[in-house]
Amino acid sequence: MVCMELAGTSEETVTARAAGLVACTRCTRAWPIETARCGRCGAKLVSRDHHSLQRVWALWLVGLMTYIPANLYPMLRTQQLFTVDESTIIGGAVELAHYGSYGIAAIILFASVVIPLGKFWAIAFLAISVRQHEGFAAHKRLVIYEVVEYIGRWSMIDIFVVAILSALVHLEGLVSITPGPAAFFFALSVIFTMLSAQAFDPRMIWDAQAEDDEAADHD
Amino acid sequence: MTSAPALTDAPLEELIVCPVCDATYRLQRPEKGEQAVCTRCHKVLIAPRAKAGMQIIALSVATVVLIIAASVFPFLQISAAGRSNAVSILDAALTFADGPLLVLALFTAAFIIFVPLLRMLLTLYVLIPVVRDRPPARHAIAAFRLSEAMRPWSMAEIFAIGCAVALVKVADLATVNFGPAFWMFGVLVVLVIAQDGFMCRWSVWNSLEHPKKQ
Repeated sequence: MVCMELAGTSEETVTARAAGLVACTRCTRAWPIETARCGRCGAKLVSRDHHSLQRVWALWLVGLMTYIPANLYPMLRTQQLFTVDESTIIGGAVELAHYGSYGIAAIILFASVVIPLGKFWAIAFLAISVRQHEGFAAHKRLVIYEVVEYIGRWSMIDIFVVAILSALVHLEGLVSITPGPAAFFFALSVIFTMLSAQAFDPRMIWDAQAEDDEAADHD
Repeated sequence: MTSAPALTDAPLEELIVCPVCDATYRLQRPEKGEQAVCTRCHKVLIAPRAKAGMQIIALSVATVVLIIAASVFPFLQISAAGRSNAVSILDAALTFADGPLLVLALFTAAFIIFVPLLRMLLTLYVLIPVVRDRPPARHAIAAFRLSEAMRPWSMAEIFAIGCAVALVKVADLATVNFGPAFWMFGVLVVLVIAQDGFMCRWSVWNSLEHPKKQ
């Protein structure tokens, strides 16, 4: 493992903005700060994306709004001989646990309840904390950011389970499974929270940290 | 920030900026198999591998073949009391197609089949000229950009876990048989993850910018 040599002579890190440069976040190339587009990959260059928090909050809110009907409406309709059974996300997991498949029930609960709720909390926490500059160190915030970015996609498990079940389980006269409206809302919720996390500019975490350090130096 | 003047002296081409924390470094190319890591936030900036280009191309070709085969052949089959039903991955993805959930069908089909497939094709389009020391293909930069933008939306591995969960749910309703596509899909997931891990994005951007030097 090679550690990058810092561009400056001293040990202190120099941000591109402090050096009068703007970085391309897609291909890591540096440009003079007034450059509008990256000459290498064509990405839009913004030294700090100040509108990013607005986009984060807007997408976050849509994600949260769609998450509510996703839990209230049924996810699966199981038609077995003459009985029709509708189950919500949580209801389905509870039912699985009743039949003894605790592991699968735990996966479903984790992917469909713990991850989405944790994600709503984490994105809100990051968006508030870069404004308020308190509490966590930048490293901890960054860990939260990376976990959110990485784990968010896994909530889609439940949608895929519904897709497989409703395609597969169609035995005429015996049993058939069809998707409920919650599937649609749940997929939307996952997509919007993913977009919300992507809209967040992680460089703001480090700016907040640098300002805190400077304030501490002045004390 | 006393060292800022030293930075502006360096040509911009010899700088690299961490996309996560904005720390600026003088470019130091790591040896093959080594990694260049941001000292501030520990993001891996450059991670070249020996013969990575050729390996990625081979993996991408294999994946394209597998995606196409796995979406056509029967994937799973269930039977109970003399009745049976077999589905392919395409059937599973398009299961929402009848009724108001059509949009959802398009999303799932894209996440499982079309986004991974398109990413592999774009990778091939970008990398084949680069590996053969030819000038980059036309619009190679736009192609690689699109491929990178689609990265979080390629969800083959998540679908695999979804399968496992669904199988447990079905197991007490009916007997499940695995079709050929099931095993293909298993291999495919491993290949997709390997292809992603081998790719050093900085190296690709750099060779698109300086096609002759590499």
